[in-house]
Amino acid sequence: MTDLPTPVEAAAPEHGWRDDLRRLRGSVSFVVGAVIVLFWVGCAVFGQSLVPFDPFADDLMNSLMPPSSEHWFGTDQLGRDVFSRVIVGARDILTVAPIATLLSTILGTALGLTMGYFGGLIDEVSSRLVDAVLALPTVIVALLALTALGTSTFTVLVVIAFSFAPIIARTVRSAVLSEVSLDYVAAAELRRENTLYILFIEILPNVMPPILVETTVRLGYAIFTVATLSFIGFGIQPPSPDWGLSISANYGLIGGGFWWAVLFDCLAIASLVVGINLVADGMESTLND
Amino acid sequence: MTDALSFDNLGVAYRVKGKMRQVLDGVSLSIAKGEAYGLVGESGCGKSTTAFAALRYLPRNGSVNRGRILIDGQDIGLLSPTDLRHLRQFKVSMIYQDPGRALNPSLPIGRQVAEVFELAGVPRAEWPARTHDILAKVQISDPALVMQRYPHQLSGGMQQRVAIAMAIASNPTLLVLDEPTTGLDATVEAEVLDLIQHLRHELSTAILFISHNLAVIARMCDRVGVLYAGRLVEEARTEEIFRNPRHPYTAGLLRCLPQAGRSKDKAMLATIPGFLPGPGTKITGCVFAPRCALADQTCRTVEPELLRTDDRASKCHYPDRINELDHISNAAPVAAAVRNSKTILQVDGLAKSFGSGTQRQRVLRDVGLELRAGETLGLVGESGSGKTTLARCILGLLQPDQGSSLRFAGEALAGTTALRSRHQVKSIQIVFQNPDSALNRAHTVYRMLSRTIGHLVGLRGAAREARIKSLASAVRLTERHLSAVPSQLSGGLKQRVAIARAFASDPQVLICDEPTSALDVSVQAAILNLLAELQATKQVSYILISHDLGVVRYLSDRIAVMYLGQMLEIGPAEAVFSGPHHPYTAALLSSVPTLDGASTERVKLTGALPSTANLPKGCVFHTRCPRKIPGLCDHDAPPQVKLADGHVLMCHLAPEELPAADRNIPPTITLP
Repeated sequence: MTDLPTPVEAAAPEHGWRDDLRRLRGSVSFVVGAVIVLFWVGCAVFGQSLVPFDPFADDLMNSLMPPSSEHWFGTDQLGRDVFSRVIVGARDILTVAPIATLLSTILGTALGLTMGYFGGLIDEVSSRLVDAVLALPTVIVALLALTALGTSTFTVLVVIAFSFAPIIARTVRSAVLSEVSLDYVAAAELRRENTLYILFIEILPNVMPPILVETTVRLGYAIFTVATLSFIGFGIQPPSPDWGLSISANYGLIGGGFWWAVLFDCLAIASLVVGINLVADGMESTLND
Repeated sequence: MTDALSFDNLGVAYRVKGKMRQVLDGVSLSIAKGEAYGLVGESGCGKSTTAFAALRYLPRNGSVNRGRILIDGQDIGLLSPTDLRHLRQFKVSMIYQDPGRALNPSLPIGRQVAEVFELAGVPRAEWPARTHDILAKVQISDPALVMQRYPHQLSGGMQQRVAIAMAIASNPTLLVLDEPTTGLDATVEAEVLDLIQHLRHELSTAILFISHNLAVIARMCDRVGVLYAGRLVEEARTEEIFRNPRHPYTAGLLRCLPQAGRSKDKAMLATIPGFLPGPGTKITGCVFAPRCALADQTCRTVEPELLRTDDRASKCHYPDRINELDHISNAAPVAAAVRNSKTILQVDGLAKSFGSGTQRQRVLRDVGLELRAGETLGLVGESGSGKTTLARCILGLLQPDQGSSLRFAGEALAGTTALRSRHQVKSIQIVFQNPDSALNRAHTVYRMLSRTIGHLVGLRGAAREARIKSLASAVRLTERHLSAVPSQLSGGLKQRVAIARAFASDPQVLICDEPTSALDVSVQAAILNLLAELQATKQVSYILISHDLGVVRYLSDRIAVMYLGQMLEIGPAEAVFSGPHHPYTAALLSSVPTLDGASTERVKLTGALPSTANLPKGCVFHTRCPRKIPGLCDHDAPPQVKLADGHVLMCHLAPEELPAADRNIPPTITLP
């Protein structure tokens, strides 16, 4: 056997997450979204020490002042600086929503991998359960749970994690279905790998792109849900300067012309959700090709 | 007379990641009216780009950056959008590789074909009649019925006929066929090629026929052009080019093919060393020089002209020295594996069905075979005959039905891997068809090999490292490849990794499921050589599944022929090929196109493969058999006919009535 050359590859193409990151940097929507999200993450982490006023300090002499050079976004009923409160208000929602999303991703991924890999009866039954959970409106379920278990951040986390997990599971399941038919899974079975290894080491890395995209999309919804729950009083509790909470405390004042106490919190929620969705958009078009 | 198509110094480049990569470089060729021109070359040589350029239908990142394309004397680069539309309506048509994707799945065939007439401005009232006529023209026996069907209700061969009907409906000057039969079975391929040949004579359309399959080109075309790395390296009349190539690349391509009369015991296959340069690579001198045995200093520094002499052309400095190249590999054949009569694997009464009730698909029925130590058993049959299901049952990936018996080295094999002993699992392994699917794209080569060795052989630490290194060198991977993931490897390298993994556990039975069908011919030859060598050194038995009879013939000692989940014939390779053999085997063999283009009478199969949910009564093959005995074959199951040397087949015909090959298949051509 002398005629077989030693195969030599030309420059190997880049691969892995480094290449993905490089391609993501070329996506306009990802970059814009990431800048917005990073801005709010910065606010959540360092906001407290950067803001011009203490967001919790009352100043009843200066309540409901319109935006001015001193109070850029005006002041609320208790005379607290709205600008400082909006900046620091990112903290609680950016703690609760990501943790809830992470929990739902872990739960949903495990469920989706199981459904897709085993198929058959397990898949049938879980799929119907998933459909059933999806039919329930998240906020109503959350209200019931919070009423029954008492209001706490932990309950909010659990409720969001449970109601989002089925959606993630469904995405993961369909991605796993197309992987299971590939021969590398058969090859792993042929060397007697155990099921957990096949699920998490063989299949999981190959279905990461759709999971990442779905998680990001869910994060946007989680922010929404947390803000809604806070607004109706079942989410983050006072005295946090949380956006949903502030809107709920001040929305009655819009009629009196004191728009600034509500508008900036609304814009904060909107921009964060838009930013996250832009990131998801950019990821979807770059990773899923 | 103006040519139907002519490329004048055509250059096409694709913009990839902001860089222009030249894919076609100075291609000049012309196709006269009514002529069939074949374009061959390995994948990545620019064949499809040529086809799309001819229709001015390049992908968005591609552009013609040099030269002109003339269709019927018109420079299509200068056409206005309206004229371009007119050109595609009436003058050029294209037929694609995958008819399933070329047809709209949501429109009935009748409506879909009528679109062509709608575009051509035919009055609505005439559409049904015209559609009917054109479908009849492509030899669809019941056009009225087919017109009501949706594409998914038709077989691949029927779909391609419909696609052809749509392409010829406007009676175009030029028909571009891009690998029109690559996705089809040999028997269906033969029918479609017959049809194209027939239509060609009827319509006097010029044809640009693109294929990687030299034999198909030899059968279909008047003249042939060979593309290599985006350059036309040789052009000549078909019989000239195959008998007397004037470019080392053409000669290399021809010699890579497994030929009749060659088998692993007699000679290794010739290979073309090295790799195709990537698109956009800067090349000084001849583009083929790095892989050419004739190359000298001139070749490496001066790019040869495409020299036209008489009616042929070659882009080589030394077109007269081709004969100096070795006809076949110099390498002596490896010492044959010791074949003894010890049976290593015994399969009896194997059945496998899916579903239940009336939907029950009986994919395998009463399959029996025995595999002896050190031999290769070739498994052939059309797609849907149950070859892969059989392989998966033997591996334990699918649980066979009750009553099936599998024995390995005398001991019964359980239905699934989980129930088999570690020794049994490690002894029966597989090389999958498509390395892209078989290798986990998230894992490195090192990881794949080390997991297999760790789990099945139980080696740890330094012993495992040593074993990985010896495996890698056995399949000629360097240590650098071990840290690579599959996307960094070429197709041939990936298949080497898959082979290394299969050998990692020192199997005694290795199933090779179409091991080279995803590869180019020059790579295929290297992989077949590797398989032959490994068999000899490791003393392993192969079950080789392939639709390529040349490949099967080269590697196999015995051959089994499957049809609709049943074994119709099994016997020594030579006996099965030369006959007397089963009528189905005769049909399979005769449907393979031959390199010399010799047109011997083909055994034609009519009708489609019956469904496994509703198997024909009597002999399963009677619905398509040209030798059917009415009243007998469609009523009684055929008896076993025993011929010499363990050659067994299932047929009602008496041994002396059985067909036999009147020619060697695949044919022997006198190699240059």
